Amino acid sequence: MKYALFLGCTVPIRSQNYEVAVRAVAARLGIELVDVEDFSCCGFPVKSTNAQTTLLMAARNLAVAEEQGLDVCCLCSACSAVLTETNLELQQHPELLRQVNRQLRKIKRQYRGSVKVKHFARILYEDYGLEDLRRHVTRPLTALKLAPHYGCHFVRPKGNYDAFDDPEAARSLDELVAVTGAEVIRYETKKYCCGGAILGVEQTTALGLSGLKLSDVRAAGADALISICPFCSVLYEDNQKKVEEQFQREIALPVFFYPQVLGLAMGYDPKDLGFRLNKVRPDEVLAKVLPAAVA
Amino acid sequence: MKRGKPITRFEELTPGFWREVALEPGGELIARCFACGTCTAACPVHAVDTRYNPRQLVHMILLGMRERVLSSDFIWLCSGCYTCADRCPQGVRVTDIMTAVKNIAAREGYLHPTFRQQAELVGRFGRLYEVEDFDNKKRQRLGLPPVKKTFPEVQEIFRMTGMGKYTEAAEANQP
Ligand code: SF4
Ligand code: SF4
Repeated sequence: MKYALFLGCTVPIRSQNYEVAVRAVAARLGIELVDVEDFSCCGFPVKSTNAQTTLLMAARNLAVAEEQGLDVCCLCSACSAVLTETNLELQQHPELLRQVNRQLRKIKRQYRGSVKVKHFARILYEDYGLEDLRRHVTRPLTALKLAPHYGCHFVRPKGNYDAFDDPEAARSLDELVAVTGAEVIRYETKKYCCGGAILGVEQTTALGLSGLKLSDVRAAGADALISICPFCSVLYEDNQKKVEEQFQREIALPVFFYPQVLGLAMGYDPKDLGFRLNKVRPDEVLAKVLPAAVA
Repeated sequence: MKRGKPITRFEELTPGFWREVALEPGGELIARCFACGTCTAACPVHAVDTRYNPRQLVHMILLGMRERVLSSDFIWLCSGCYTCADRCPQGVRVTDIMTAVKNIAAREGYLHPTFRQQAELVGRFGRLYEVEDFDNKKRQRLGLPPVKKTFPEVQEIFRMTGMGKYTEAAEANQP
C-alpha cells in the first residue's frame, strides 16, 4: 500500500502531533506514505470566495499526484472533501476536465483523472481492514472510554465516498476506535459539526457548536474525544479554554487524533505519538493506560 | 440583513435572482424547494444560532431579494457541513447554494473580511499559513520533513481566476 501524503495547510504547522502519529502507525502497518513537496493548499479555504479557484487548485494537486503515479492519502477532512469532490466532477464530466486542463496548461500541468483520494482513516477502515489492524494491537486500551467525532466531510455529502459508510448511521470511526480495545461512547450530538468554518465569522456561534459537543461528551463520561481532522481539533482543543469561558464551566476534555490512540494500542511509547504537543493535558488519561509513563 | 423592515417592497426585488444562483455549480435545483424546512431543522448552526436559517435564505433567493441576501452577514454563517443537502427531500443542494451565493456576493464586493484574509494568504503563500523558518525547524526537531513556503503556480491560478478583484473589492467595501 502506497499513497502520496497530502498534508494540507493545518496539519504540518498546527497539528504535528497528528502527523507524527500517522507516520508512526503507517510505518508499522506497512502503509507507505510518500512526501510530495509540490502539494499546496487543497483549495477549500477559498471556496466561499470563488469555487473556480478551488476547482483549479484541487485539480492541480490531483495532477501533481498523478505525475507521481500515486493515489492520495489526506489527513484533513476538508482536504479530503475538496479533492474527492473535484476528482469526481472531473472524472464524470469530460468537458469540464478539458476546460480545466486548458487552464492547467498555463502552469504546465495536466490531469487525466486517474487518481483516487482517501482520508487516512478511510484507508485504515476500508483498505487495510479492521481484522488486520486488530492483529497489531498489543496493548488494548480497555481502561479508556473514547467518543468518536466524525466531523462533516469524512462521510458527507453522501454519494461522494463510494458509500464506504452511511452518513446518517456512521460506524467506521466507532469500529476503528473499538479496535483499540477502548469502550466507544455514544452521545447525542455525534453528527454535529465542529464549527470550524465559521470561527472567523461569528466566534460565539462557532464555539457554541463546539461547546455543545464538548459538554455532551463530557457528560457521557468519555475520557477523550477522538478527532480525525486538524480543524476539528483546533475547535475542540485549541479553543477549549474559550469554550469554557463562554459556557462558564470546566470541560478539561482531552482531544486525541485517532492515530495517536491507535498507536498507543499498538504499543508505541506516547513520546513517539506526539502526545506532548496536545494542548489539553493528556497525562491523566495516559496514566490509565500506562500507569508508569508520562507523555 | 436589516431588521425591522416588515414589508418586502417590490421595487427592491430582482425576480431572476434565483436563475443567477441556479447558474452556479450546485445551484441548479434551487427552484424545486417546497419550503418544508428540513434543511433548517437539520442545520447544526441553526441549532445554536437561530438567526441563521437556510430555508429562509433559500426562500429569499426565490423571491428575488438579491441585495438583502448578498449583503447579509448570515450567508457567511453556513459551515458547509452538508447535513441539509443530504436530507433535503427535493434534492436541493443547499450547501452548494450557500457557496453560490457567497461567490456572487464576493464578486459584488461583499466578501466577508475573514474569507478575504484567507484568500489573501492562500494567494500569497499557496497555503493558509505563512511558513516561517521557525516552523520548519520545529518540524525538523520532530523528525518531520520541511514544507515549501511559496507556490508560484497557485499565484498564477489566482491571476487566471481574477481573485485579486474580489479581495480588493471587499477591502474597498470595509467601513
Ligand atoms: S429541505 Fe430542501 S425543500 Fe425543504 S426547505 Fe430546505 S431546501 Fe427547501
Ligand atoms: S451546510 Fe450550512 S445550511 Fe446546511 S446544515 Fe450545514 S451549516 Fe446548515
